[in-house]
Amino acid sequence: MNEIISLLFIVIGAMFDLFGCVGLVRMPDIYNRLQASTKCVTLGTCSILFGVFIKYGFTAAGVKALLCIIFLLLTAPVTAHALARGAHKSGVKLWEKSVCDKYSETGS
Amino acid sequence: MRFIRWLLGFLSLSFLIVFIFSFLKVAAAAKIMLFLLICFSLALFRIFRGPTPADRSVATDILGILVIGFCAVLAVYTGKDWYMDIAIAWALQSFIGTLALAKFLEGKHLDE
Amino acid sequence: MMRSRTVTFIICFLMWMLLSFRLDWQHLAVGLIVALLAALAMGEMFTDSAFKWFEPKRYLWFFVYIFVFTWECFKANIDVAFRVLSPDLPINPGIVKVKTILKTETALTFLANFITLTPGTLSVDIDRGEGELYIHWINVRTQDVEEASRIIVAKFERILKEVFE
Repeated sequence: MNEIISLLFIVIGAMFDLFGCVGLVRMPDIYNRLQASTKCVTLGTCSILFGVFIKYGFTAAGVKALLCIIFLLLTAPVTAHALARGAHKSGVKLWEKSVCDKYSETGS
Repeated sequence: MRFIRWLLGFLSLSFLIVFIFSFLKVAAAAKIMLFLLICFSLALFRIFRGPTPADRSVATDILGILVIGFCAVLAVYTGKDWYMDIAIAWALQSFIGTLALAKFLEGKHLDE
Repeated sequence: MMRSRTVTFIICFLMWMLLSFRLDWQHLAVGLIVALLAALAMGEMFTDSAFKWFEPKRYLWFFVYIFVFTWECFKANIDVAFRVLSPDLPINPGIVKVKTILKTETALTFLANFITLTPGTLSVDIDRGEGELYIHWINVRTQDVEEASRIIVAKFERILKEVFE
């Protein structure tokens, strides 16, 4: 029973990984790529690690999978934030059909 | 034109998924590893094609997160525990590397 | 000062025990030495006031935060998967400005993380002096500052205020 549930979590995580990577290829500019790929790939990888935790239970490998989930949830949004700020400061323009850009109006 | 491109991509991706999950006679974890290889190839496509350095940095970050999931599935497939150690070390290392890349994009020195 | 170092030492030692997950005297000795060194070197930077770590009400609110966070994350993924897979790419992006009432650094960091993983928003920059956040929104519904803050950040501010301030 545990095997089936863990395999289900791993398959769902792999599907979300694929959606994130398709978003990385299809979206028109860097900010939209960051949106799609960061959300989907982070939760997909967390789901894969949770499946590994269900398979092993509270042994060494299972607890390491839980710690890896915590690290990933803390670090992935920080890297997305830093990359978005760095891209905007290095002069990457938004997509030409964007609605508004309040950040470049402040002149910072 | 746009709809034809979407249909082409959708058909090829679904063909690959159906091929992997129904016609190959390997273990279930190996099927998921092949499935993740498709994700790797999509991220590598963005690294090749990216118009600006920022796009390449984003794709490198995503590739780093995918490697963690690949290590976890590899630990299930081989039954060895120490692949999880590699996953944790890779998570911390790719975090620091991406922060350094973002500081480089911003055009500042590293000690600021 | 001393309390802050104690909290850092306890957290480092707990993390080490979870990572090694074996009860030898060798592992315990190495963990004690390394956690002591880390607490002596980094203890002042880790937390600004150590009294917040000893109030059990904050941990209760942190569990509420984790449940809300997981549910919003799941909704965000369904939303993004729908947008990515549909043929005509229904996006309407833009960068808007919102105001927040949170003040401390930890609360602002967690608010930015929360915004990045909830549906359709990505935090771009934080202005700590005036409490303003710049947010990239994939489907801009309004450009007004008050309206956007009510839609995006208002439902998380109360939980984070109970946890971190």
